[in-house]
Amino acid sequence: MIKLPYYPGCTLKTSAKNFEISAIESAKILDIELIELPRWNCCGTVFSLTSDDLIHHIAPIRNLIRVQEMNGNGIVKDEHRLVTLCSMCYNTLKRANLRVKENPDDFKKINDLMYLEEDYNGNVEVIHFLELLKKTGFEKVKEKVKKPLKNLKIAPYYGCMLLRPKEVGIDDPEDPTIQAELLESLGAEVIDNPYKKVCCGSYQTVQDKYVVSELTYDILTHAQREGAFAITTSCPLCAFNLDNRQKEVKEKHQDFKQIPVFYFTQLMAIAFGLGEKYCSFDLNYINPRPLLIDKKLL
Amino acid sequence: MIKKIVISSENVKFLDKINELSGETVTLCDQCGVCSGSCPMISEMDITPSQMMRKVQLGQMDVMDSKAMWLCASCFACTVRCPRGLDLSKVAEALRQVKLRQAIDHIDIKKIPENEINRLPQIALISSFRKFTG
Ligand code: SF4
Ligand code: SF4
Repeated sequence: MIKLPYYPGCTLKTSAKNFEISAIESAKILDIELIELPRWNCCGTVFSLTSDDLIHHIAPIRNLIRVQEMNGNGIVKDEHRLVTLCSMCYNTLKRANLRVKENPDDFKKINDLMYLEEDYNGNVEVIHFLELLKKTGFEKVKEKVKKPLKNLKIAPYYGCMLLRPKEVGIDDPEDPTIQAELLESLGAEVIDNPYKKVCCGSYQTVQDKYVVSELTYDILTHAQREGAFAITTSCPLCAFNLDNRQKEVKEKHQDFKQIPVFYFTQLMAIAFGLGEKYCSFDLNYINPRPLLIDKKLL
Repeated sequence: MIKKIVISSENVKFLDKINELSGETVTLCDQCGVCSGSCPMISEMDITPSQMMRKVQLGQMDVMDSKAMWLCASCFACTVRCPRGLDLSKVAEALRQVKLRQAIDHIDIKKIPENEINRLPQIALISSFRKFTG
């Protein structure tokens, strides 16, 4: 079992608990133990984009110091990778890390600002769980499949934060395939469509839910037109906009047919034969159970 | 008839400030429109992302009255495509920050309906507060 520091972020502890549990349990099947960072704090959810705003990079960098501490007190051994699941946390932590590594002045100032913390040494590497799976090998993933996702037509949705900007993207920003590779190894039929990388509206969901629900409508109906039965995502904000906002889509578009939205890890858990015990489908807005029962996966 | 665009020292000062805050050189934008063609929020915007860039180039401070800068979702679709290598998301953020640093919030947290507050995940609330409040 390899032990890796893992950063959950706020939403994975509440409304996206279904993402966290299914990921942790599926990782175990692949001999990966995700160990939660002690005393982690909210990363701030968005990477601050103005040149003079250093104070907002303290939150993400402080989390990276915790990885150092885990090495220092022997919780992990010489393991400087930090695994993330939430795409927004991934993006924010990775960009903050890059900013300090590329700007020695910022690096020094941030360490000075956190006077009583251990200095950050710049050695942590922020990675996304999907990258870890790719590195582990999708062949190995395939070997662990007990219930292939046969006849399940899935459209992977990537959104923005896994792909952009380029310096932190885990895949080709215009034509990502990493989720497709995973889903294929789980036995699913992958539905590709160009809306996989179109923004869901992100935080605009707070100021105008209908602006977002129109984007949701476009993204979901394009996938449906290509034949998808369900969508997968790795971001709790995308999940909210694509799943919960189907309520608003339905208000505006009577012809719209609702479609389940999974975290990709929930489908891993099903394919690995863990059943629904670790899927917490009660947290998904559109109930995915009827689809899984129909495909004899539950 | 010859029309002249007069750029005052006020305009130059504003352009300089946005360049400084964004870390971009906005005058490099050649108005190709790729950003506008990539933007998921364009149908809701009053001016397009490329118009936003043009207004900043000319130092027109009324760009900060636009809905567009608040509608930018920081999706970085324009960032990865701009042929001039410009990061428009940083320019939009700089514009928002100039407003927010006057303690003029874009959203009133108290006005978010209670049923929405209960439904929205933390990640949505925190990111919108980060983008829309100072
Ligand atoms: S894509 Fe770049 S160069 Fe083209 S209009 Fe937009 S900001 Fe200007
Ligand atoms: S970053 Fe903003 S302006 Fe650029 S494409 Fe996305 S929403 Fe539009």
